[in-house]
Amino acid sequence: MSILAVMDVTKTFGGLVAVNGVSFNLEEGTITGLIGPNGAGKTTVFNLITGNYRPGNGDILFNGKSVVGLPTHRIAGLGIARTFQTIRLFQNLSILENVLAGCHGRMRSGPVGAMLRTRAVMQEERDGLARALAELDFVGLHQHVEQPARNLSHGNQRLLEVARALAVGPRLLILDEPAGGMNEDETARLMGLISEIRKKGIAILLIEHDMRVVMKICEMIVVLDNGKKIAEGSPEEIKKNPMVIEAYLGTEEDQTDAPSY
Amino acid sequence: MEEFFQQLTNGLAVGGIYALIALGYTMVYGVLKLINFAHGDLFSTGAYLGLTILISFGLTDRLGPVAGVLLLALMVMGLLAIVGTMLERIAYRPLRESPRLSAVVSALGASIFLQNTLMFVYGARFQVYPHDILPDTALDLFGIDIPIVRMLILLASLVLMAALYLFIQKTRTGTAIRAVAIDQRAARLMGIDVNRVILIVFLVGPALGGVAGLMVGLLYGQINFTMGWIYGLKAFTAAILGGIGNIPGAMVGGVLLGVIEALGAAYISIAWKDAIAFFVLILILIVRPTGLLGERVAEKI
Amino acid sequence: MNRRRITFAVVFVVLAVIPFFLNAYWVDVLNSVGLYAILGLSLNLIVGHAGLFNLGHAAFFAVGAYTAAILNTSFGIPILWLLPLSGLAAGLFAVLIARPVIHLRGDYLCIVTIGLGEIVRIALINDVFGITGGANGIFGIARPVLFGFTIRSPQAFYYLIWSFAALTVFLFHRLEHSRFGRALNYLREDETAAEGSGIDTGSYKLVIFGIGAFWAGMAGDIYAAKMTIIAPESFSFWESVLIFTLVILGGAGSIPGVILGAFLIVGLPEIFRDFANARMLVFGAAMMAMMIFRPEGILPAKPRAYRLADVRNLVAKEGTK
Repeated sequence: MSILAVMDVTKTFGGLVAVNGVSFNLEEGTITGLIGPNGAGKTTVFNLITGNYRPGNGDILFNGKSVVGLPTHRIAGLGIARTFQTIRLFQNLSILENVLAGCHGRMRSGPVGAMLRTRAVMQEERDGLARALAELDFVGLHQHVEQPARNLSHGNQRLLEVARALAVGPRLLILDEPAGGMNEDETARLMGLISEIRKKGIAILLIEHDMRVVMKICEMIVVLDNGKKIAEGSPEEIKKNPMVIEAYLGTEEDQTDAPSY
Repeated sequence: MEEFFQQLTNGLAVGGIYALIALGYTMVYGVLKLINFAHGDLFSTGAYLGLTILISFGLTDRLGPVAGVLLLALMVMGLLAIVGTMLERIAYRPLRESPRLSAVVSALGASIFLQNTLMFVYGARFQVYPHDILPDTALDLFGIDIPIVRMLILLASLVLMAALYLFIQKTRTGTAIRAVAIDQRAARLMGIDVNRVILIVFLVGPALGGVAGLMVGLLYGQINFTMGWIYGLKAFTAAILGGIGNIPGAMVGGVLLGVIEALGAAYISIAWKDAIAFFVLILILIVRPTGLLGERVAEKI
Repeated sequence: MNRRRITFAVVFVVLAVIPFFLNAYWVDVLNSVGLYAILGLSLNLIVGHAGLFNLGHAAFFAVGAYTAAILNTSFGIPILWLLPLSGLAAGLFAVLIARPVIHLRGDYLCIVTIGLGEIVRIALINDVFGITGGANGIFGIARPVLFGFTIRSPQAFYYLIWSFAALTVFLFHRLEHSRFGRALNYLREDETAAEGSGIDTGSYKLVIFGIGAFWAGMAGDIYAAKMTIIAPESFSFWESVLIFTLVILGGAGSIPGVILGAFLIVGLPEIFRDFANARMLVFGAAMMAMMIFRPEGILPAKPRAYRLADVRNLVAKEGTK
């Protein structure tokens, strides 16, 4: 069952065509990787899916319904949660409160409820807290949850972002370079976590430069270069695809983007 | 028809003044992303200092109107340049790395401080500029008598704007200023001394604002320590109208606002004259927030 | 936690009995403090919690005051009955005018609020719709009557104002510590991340403007009753700056901070009355100094503590759903 269909999507910034007629499909409950050299348009595709940008052309269907033109918070409400390439946590707020942000959409008390503090409102708060703590346990961050988020190590901050995204209760989780800046152990832990998330039935789309991660956990890979999709397939197929190799290795002069297998 | 031309030239003259003040705002906003609330008070300071120098040194008595006023203008510009850099040093530099709110509050504090210093030193009542400095005659244009003072002021502002435009477009420093306004980090990486650029902006902007104050004194004959506030806000509106951070924009915005205000006051209602600027401000921010000539400020998505 | 409660109790008791120990002049000063505290708390929601630079708050205060004044003097409606109406008028006004501009970037929104404040003031002076009385304002506003007792003396007003302030503190404290309060923090800290987590930041900004204005409007009603005369000059940009400053200096986002700010803003000039002219100089210098040396304010906001013990048991039993 297709959970996300990106259909011939184009995005232009001024004169620059960042995403050029990209199409791909995500199946429910699968892990898909989106790779490509720097500047290929990967994060832009993410921003198009989450509604931060609006495509000039094309359509994006989530569970068969078009999400183009919907505001970001509505798309989150429909079931797409994300993490950011540069970590965007609420640094001055506590670890717990960061995750509670994700719970926001599943609660409903407003200013009046806040002032009246009815039984129902208090129960909702307790449920939200329980959910937040559960997600923190799941990613392995149950210690010192009332410390400000900025006190966490880089790797743990990335995990916290994942916990916040999970708290939204998504059907599709979009991870933008989740292993960025992580060491070997942290990366291994992350890969285990992603497998666990998949077991819950959540589809995952991730951008990652660390090829070991991509090749090991992704069932399908989509490759972008210069805004266009140049390949799509299983890790095995992609490894051998000459266009992919050329995109990364380029000509003899610029061998800077070689993926590390 | 006569009325229209009177109001038009009046609006152009005032607009020129708005433009000079607006340039200070737009340049500072361009490089620091800061609304210099104290800029309007720098304009007032120029008016007051101009008066003091004029009276104390009797410049026009000694040198005649043309040379006297020119020297006066230069002195005011010089003094204001110093005050401007001091302001930057004291109120803004320590907050370069702080969140925007801190700089806004500090700017407000600086404005209050400056305004009240003026009141302290000069008193709360209106101060009067001598009337006999510039000729009181009128020029006959197409059969309409237009005061020569008005034309001189307009001419002076145009000259200053042209000079600034050439400076910004043709000199290396000017290019450096434009670069810092677009992307401070990239400019620094290119080897541009950002601190020096900021220093220059705080020399030129306040100097222009100060001379605008002098012009108001000469044009209207009286000044008051609260005029910085109202002129400042209108000038900021002009800067936004033209596109904040955009130097030609500030010039266009200033002159345009002056004309709109003058014609609006004459043909719609004089009681709402001050509000016209604010209506224009809100309208432009809703309809075209990047201004008529476009914003020159980098927006990170 | 206990020290906070003791401090709170002491302050409460002192405030409750102090009118008996002061002469009418100083009680009236405390009345001003109280009104500024309420105004500060209402602005704190917008500036401190949501992080929106609002420098036109006096306009909401004015709308409330004028609504009360006009309805009271024209139709004889008792002043206290007009409390919710003043709030509603101000709140609706805020939502209406904020709607087209709410999405603007911080600095621009700041300038727009200044402009709007000025437009309101000029409109009042120009006797818009013929009901605002022009520059002279409106006079002859009735005193509040509570259960047959007419509130007239400074002491009586003291209890009215400070009871209202206490209620405000109580309700706003609850507002802060709720899902709604958290949402404001998220949108202040990182709007994009908040949107990504499912928070409708546009709506929240509008709502908080509405609530902040609503409260300022109610303060306006009380102010009108206290002064019996209101005029446009009481609602100038300067007033907005004062309220804004007391929030920032006291501690944006912190209820005790804002109240302290109100005391300083009103109290210090009173104590240093002799140095009348230098007051403002010191004020301006203080603002600059505070931002450089202690930007979080004198009594900054404290991070919220949650009661987690019982919740953890729940999680241990049921695991992740």
